[in-house]
Amino acid sequence: MTAWLTQHVRGFTATFARLARTPLGSALNILVIGVALSLPLGLYVVIDNLQASSQQITAEPQVSAFMALDANRAEVAQIEARLKRSPRVQRFRFVPRDQALQEIKQASGLADVVESLPQNPLPDAFIINAKDSTPRSLEALRDEIRQWPRVAHVQLDAAWARRLDAALRLGRLLVAILGALLALALVAITFNTIRLQVLTQRDEIEVIKLIGATDAFIRRPFLYFGALQGCAGGMVAWLIVSGGVYLLNRNLGELSHVYASLFQLKYLTAGGSLGLLLIPATLGWFGAWLSVGRNLALIEPVACK
Amino acid sequence: MISLSHVSKRYPGGYQALHDVGFTIDAGELAFITGPSGAGKTTLLKLLVAIERPTAGSVIVNGQNVGALKPRAVPFLRRNFGLVFQDHKLLFDRNVFDNVALPLQIVGYGAKDAARRVRAALDKVGLLNYEKAPPITLSGGEQQRLCIARAIVHRPAILLADEPTGNLDAEYGAEIGELFRSFNQVGVTVVIATHDQTLLKRLAPRVIALKHGELAI
Repeated sequence: MTAWLTQHVRGFTATFARLARTPLGSALNILVIGVALSLPLGLYVVIDNLQASSQQITAEPQVSAFMALDANRAEVAQIEARLKRSPRVQRFRFVPRDQALQEIKQASGLADVVESLPQNPLPDAFIINAKDSTPRSLEALRDEIRQWPRVAHVQLDAAWARRLDAALRLGRLLVAILGALLALALVAITFNTIRLQVLTQRDEIEVIKLIGATDAFIRRPFLYFGALQGCAGGMVAWLIVSGGVYLLNRNLGELSHVYASLFQLKYLTAGGSLGLLLIPATLGWFGAWLSVGRNLALIEPVACK
Repeated sequence: MISLSHVSKRYPGGYQALHDVGFTIDAGELAFITGPSGAGKTTLLKLLVAIERPTAGSVIVNGQNVGALKPRAVPFLRRNFGLVFQDHKLLFDRNVFDNVALPLQIVGYGAKDAARRVRAALDKVGLLNYEKAPPITLSGGEQQRLCIARAIVHRPAILLADEPTGNLDAEYGAEIGELFRSFNQVGVTVVIATHDQTLLKRLAPRVIALKHGELAI
């Protein structure tokens, strides 16, 4: 047990020594891995955030029904009565056209423009909350209201959210593809680094093979190296993405202040961060394993000349 | 300890290095394998440590049939040997101490235990004061003694040397010869492949002479 532990501790220190022996090369490798990993990771963080906020917004989808511009009061009252009777409607709010105009004046700062209009261009509207907010029943409700007299236009507010959702699904697919490709790149980078190391340490490997080192012993520091390099790359990616989120949030702070809503990007979770260290470490280990396995076989001692 | 019977070795190119060689070396013996260049001395040593495999016959070391060993068993066979090379095969990226500690690291010795053994081995070859020195700063004779220290540090049953005095002048050669004799006196089986006649006269060992890949006597 002690011997086993000693072996591993020694393998680990040897690995650090190896990293330190070529500081520039190691740093560049780690940077390349970090940048490569930060691409899908950054995209993932953005998509994750968008998804979270889209869920917030679509929590209560609404149907907006706009009356014809020349609909008179009786006609509006009739629609109101129908809405009250409809089993699909939970509650609704009536927005008279004059009130809508007032709201626009106040909210948009377009008071002058609105004043200059010869007449109110806005129709009366109903904002309706459905009892059942599944997309299908919302669509049914929309289609029903559309049939009613003097209703000019019915809009399902959830439509854009569903479109966003579809776009997000596409985005996640993109992240997966990008992630897979860059995982492959990480394995390839590690493979090549380790190959070069094995070649430069050919003499050492030959000698220790001659004096009875097992393949596992020879392989160990290289595997550690691959894992450590991947792990360090993951750390770099974490720093890049966290730095990016920080910068974006600072600017979003101003932006969301203007829009009077608080939209902030969330940082990576603890679990996500851990995965960001472990997954590249595993990939690096794998790349090193492939490389050492392949290149070690080529080095057989030809001692005693 | 070492037993060969009807051993032949033909290299892939068709070169016949050994033909029907058989002998036995008992535990604790001091044996020389002699013969001119190309007689098959080096091939013989390679067969013992499973760098090469015989094309015919059997090589038995410590009761193990070396020719039939699985690759994963080879490292453990090699731990029975201490190997001394003509070109030393030292690692120049680490100091004298770490070179000698290498076989102990491979086996997994604790640092303290290893340090004690390394110093004992360095003391035996007279390099105790060079612990921290890089091997490149040592003379040829000192490098050879360092190689010997590395070969004996894990207390192998068999010490195997290929032309250990090949690159050394007579005085150094005598020193090295004495070292081998002292190891043999404490029970280590010593096998030396050489054509150094001075060494032969000095140690007066059992001689296994090879000529054109066959036993000469």
